[in-house]
Amino acid sequence: MTTHTEALKELLFQLADDDFLISYRGSEWLGLAPHIEEDVASSSITQDTMGHATMYYNLLEELGAGNADALAHLRPSAERRNSILAERVNGEGYYMETPIYDWAYAVVRNYFYTQAKRVKIDSLRESSYAPLAEGAVKVSMELHYHLMHWRTWFTQLLSSTDEAKERMNKAIQLVMEDFGDIFSYGQYKEAIESEGLIASEDELTKSWLAALTPVFASLGLEVPKIPAPTKNGRNGEHTEELDAAIATLSEVYRLDTEAVW
Amino acid sequence: MTLLTQPTNESVYGALMNVKDPEIDTVSILDLGMVENVTVEGNDVKVVLLPTFLGCPALEIIKKNTVEAVQELPDVSEVEVEFIFSPPWTSDRISEQGHAGLRKFGIAPPPRHFEEDGSWHVDCAYCGSTYVTMDNIFGPTACRSILYCKSCKNVFEAMKPVSTLM
Repeated sequence: MTTHTEALKELLFQLADDDFLISYRGSEWLGLAPHIEEDVASSSITQDTMGHATMYYNLLEELGAGNADALAHLRPSAERRNSILAERVNGEGYYMETPIYDWAYAVVRNYFYTQAKRVKIDSLRESSYAPLAEGAVKVSMELHYHLMHWRTWFTQLLSSTDEAKERMNKAIQLVMEDFGDIFSYGQYKEAIESEGLIASEDELTKSWLAALTPVFASLGLEVPKIPAPTKNGRNGEHTEELDAAIATLSEVYRLDTEAVW
Repeated sequence: MTLLTQPTNESVYGALMNVKDPEIDTVSILDLGMVENVTVEGNDVKVVLLPTFLGCPALEIIKKNTVEAVQELPDVSEVEVEFIFSPPWTSDRISEQGHAGLRKFGIAPPPRHFEEDGSWHVDCAYCGSTYVTMDNIFGPTACRSILYCKSCKNVFEAMKPVSTLM
C-alpha cells in the first residue's frame, strides 16, 4: 500500500520535473526568440518557471527525498516523472550551433502546458498538504502573466496569415500527440487522488477543456481530443530527448557537486 | 553565550532599513514589504522574509545581506533568515516610502487597483503623464514591466502588480 508521504512525493516529483524540463527547453530559446521584446518576456517566464521547480524540489528536500539541487540535476531519466511534452526538443539542431526551432511549436506547447498548469495550481490551492497549498498561491500570481502571454500569441498567430495558421495547426497536432500523460498520475493515480492532495485526472482534464473551449470557439476551431498516452512520463517512460537534456543541463553541476554557487 | 545586553526588535528593524534591493538601491526590503517577522531570543535573531517572485535570483543575495546587516549590531550572536510563502508577498505590501523610492529610481510603483478585465494602468515614472503605452509586461527582472511615455518620450519601468486574486 502506498503511504500518504509516498503519494505526496510522487505528485511533487511530477510537478517539479514538469516545470524543470519545460523551463530548460525555454532556456534554450534564449537569444533566439522572434524579436527582442519576446526574448525578454519568454526568458522572464522561464526564470519564474525554474523558480517554481525549485520550490517543489525544496518541498521534496524537506520531506527527506534528498538535496534539492541533486534531485534536479542527478536523477537519471528512468526516475523522472515529467510529462513527455515537457522534455521534447524545440526543433532540429542544437542551440549552440544551428538551431532550427519552431516558434509555432513553442507557442502551442507553452499555451497548452500553461493552461494545464493553471488548472492544477487552482486545485493545489486547496491541497490537503498546507506547504503545497501555500506555494500554489504564490505560483498562481506569476502564472497569471504567463498564461496571458501565451494565449495572446496563440490567438494572434491563428488569426494571422495562411502560413501562420498552417504552421500553428501542425504544431497543435504535434503537441497533442504528446499530451496523453499531462493529467496522468501514472501508477500512483489511486493514492494521489484519494489523499485530497489535488483534484482527479478527470476533473483537471474537464477544467482544461472548459478553459480552452471559448478561446478555440472564437477562432472557429474545436479543442483537440487528448489521446491515450503512448509513453507515460509519470511512470518513468521517456524519450531519448530527455537523456540528452539531462546530460546537458547537469554538465556543470556534475563537474563539482560540492561547489557552492 | 548570553551577553549582558541584548538586541531589541527596534534595533533589528533599524538594521533592515539598510538592506536594499540589490537591483534597486533606493528601496529597502522593509519598504518592499518583504519582512514578515522579526524575533529576538536572548542574543539570537530570526528574520522571516517573503520572496517577491519565486525565481528571483536576488533572494540569496538579500538573505546574505540581511544576515550581515543584523550581525553588525552590537550584542547579536546568531542570525537566521528564513523565506516563507505564507502569507504570500503581494505588491500592495510596498509602503508609501517604497513607492517614493521606486519613483526616484525611475520605476512606477505598482498600481493599487486592477480593471475588471485584470488589466492595469500606471502613470509615467518621470513626468507623471497618463499618456503611456505598455511595451512589455515582462521586463529586465521578474518583478518589472517596460512602458513608454508618449508625453516625455521616455522608456520607463513599472513594478508589476501581483495579488492573490490572480
